[in-house]
Amino acid sequence: MNAILDKLFLNTTKFIAIAVLLIVAWIFSTLIEHSMVSLEAFGFSFVTESKWAPNLEKFGALPAIYGSVVSTFLAMLLAIPIAIGIAIFLSELAPPKLKSLVGVSIELLAAIPSVIYGMWGLFYFVPIIRDIFGGIGISMLTAGIVLSIMILPFMAAVTRDAMNTTPDILKESAYALGGTRWDIIKDIVIPYAKAGIIGSFILALGRAIGETMAVTFVMGNVHKISLDLTAPATSIPVTLANEFTEADTDLYYSSLFELSLILLIISFTIISVAKFYFLRRKRSF
Amino acid sequence: MTHTQKRVLLNNIIMTLSTISAIIGIGFLFWILGILVINGVDALSWNIFTQEGAPPGYEDGGLKHALIGQLMIVGVATFFGVPFGILAGTYLSEYGQKSKLAETIRDVSDIMMSAPSIVIGAFVYAIVVVPMGHFSGWAGSIALTIIMLPIILRTTDDMLQLVPSTLREAAFALGAPKYKVITQVVYRGAKAGIFTGILLGIARVAGETAPLLFTSFNDNFLNTDMMEPMASLTVTMYNYATSPYEDWQRLGWAAAFILSMFILTLNILGRIFIMKKREK
Repeated sequence: MNAILDKLFLNTTKFIAIAVLLIVAWIFSTLIEHSMVSLEAFGFSFVTESKWAPNLEKFGALPAIYGSVVSTFLAMLLAIPIAIGIAIFLSELAPPKLKSLVGVSIELLAAIPSVIYGMWGLFYFVPIIRDIFGGIGISMLTAGIVLSIMILPFMAAVTRDAMNTTPDILKESAYALGGTRWDIIKDIVIPYAKAGIIGSFILALGRAIGETMAVTFVMGNVHKISLDLTAPATSIPVTLANEFTEADTDLYYSSLFELSLILLIISFTIISVAKFYFLRRKRSF
Repeated sequence: MTHTQKRVLLNNIIMTLSTISAIIGIGFLFWILGILVINGVDALSWNIFTQEGAPPGYEDGGLKHALIGQLMIVGVATFFGVPFGILAGTYLSEYGQKSKLAETIRDVSDIMMSAPSIVIGAFVYAIVVVPMGHFSGWAGSIALTIIMLPIILRTTDDMLQLVPSTLREAAFALGAPKYKVITQVVYRGAKAGIFTGILLGIARVAGETAPLLFTSFNDNFLNTDMMEPMASLTVTMYNYATSPYEDWQRLGWAAAFILSMFILTLNILGRIFIMKKREK
């Protein structure tokens, strides 16, 4: 009896564990299958064509891809220095009480749903951008800034964790040699935690590029490549969120699936690079 | 200026800069939190919990439909996501261990945890909404289950590995079969950790909006039939906030406030459980 139950338990758990792999494979194959119409109609030109005109049955993904890349780049550009600043403050500067208070609140802020960052962006940040830069305030720049604020808590927390892995004995030795705090950070902490820090940034990048709700409110969903950052734009997730329920033809529908597929491949690649190239060491348990 | 003075000066400049950036970053985050609390508390009233959605212009609109819809969608996702996640995590930690299969499953679920949730929405649209012919609460729950699964799986895996192997060996020595060792000894040892994982998993999917946009869709009135489109706090928040009507926007803030408080409470509870466990 016990032998049967043992086998049953093993096989149930194993089956469900393997099901996780199957689901992922199923996601890819479904997205590919539903992209077929668009893949056949446009081929590679889908990603190089910049005209997205559902009424003319013309779909080019370049503006969305461009928007995803630029808004994410802006977000990283703004968030990286501030995240490093917060991490240095938390791991090296703050007194212990402040350290845990600020540290915990940052971790909790990372749990706030992104739709709330988007809502805040729409009601409070869009008017500020409008007043400073003119235009309507709904723009690539606004999206980049709101996105940077949204990923900031996650980035700061993981950067701090990476910095905290530096053994105290190394830091103490360097202090004993007369190093200043900055000397210790630049010559001991950063070299020691480099892989972890870079890995965390890339992981944040992978999350940011797939982020939908924080940017949907403030980007405008305009399929036009504009070098003017204060002009409305779109990104892959923004297009999906706005247009998925409106797709009325097979080609339109299929083009949106191809966009999802592109997004999934991009983020899978970025996250894999972060996980396997930079963060491998962490997984030694 | 001597070399030492230069180093000290540079140190002071950089430490000031990093303190300033910390203040800027934390300031922004508390600004958002402050706005959320001010607008949210301001918009709270009994109507929110007792009334369904109303057309714009009617004063007495509430969020009852969205609160119940949210509880049902997340509840069903938890009902499936938690046991499946725990069982899969059990396989990884107790049977698969460092085998190639187990490592692959770990890697894939790590990636899935950060994968764009809107893509999961598109997938569920294709496999559930299209065959059914319409949006439904089930579709939303399925999307959230897929998002929750890797989170529960990985925390269970991590937490079970923390249980000392001497405990398992002691139980084996008493002649217990493996499934009994796992269900009666290992699970008990990892109880607090698994529970925290569940809380964090629920907190994570409760805030998801993108995968619900085209799965459970929305409904401005109370619906408890999972086969039909269903309101959720997040999608309602999105629709109300982007509407031009002030009373809808107010309801949007109330929804944002209630949801954030729920998620923060789960996170804080999770932390307390883990801390209690450590103190022992």
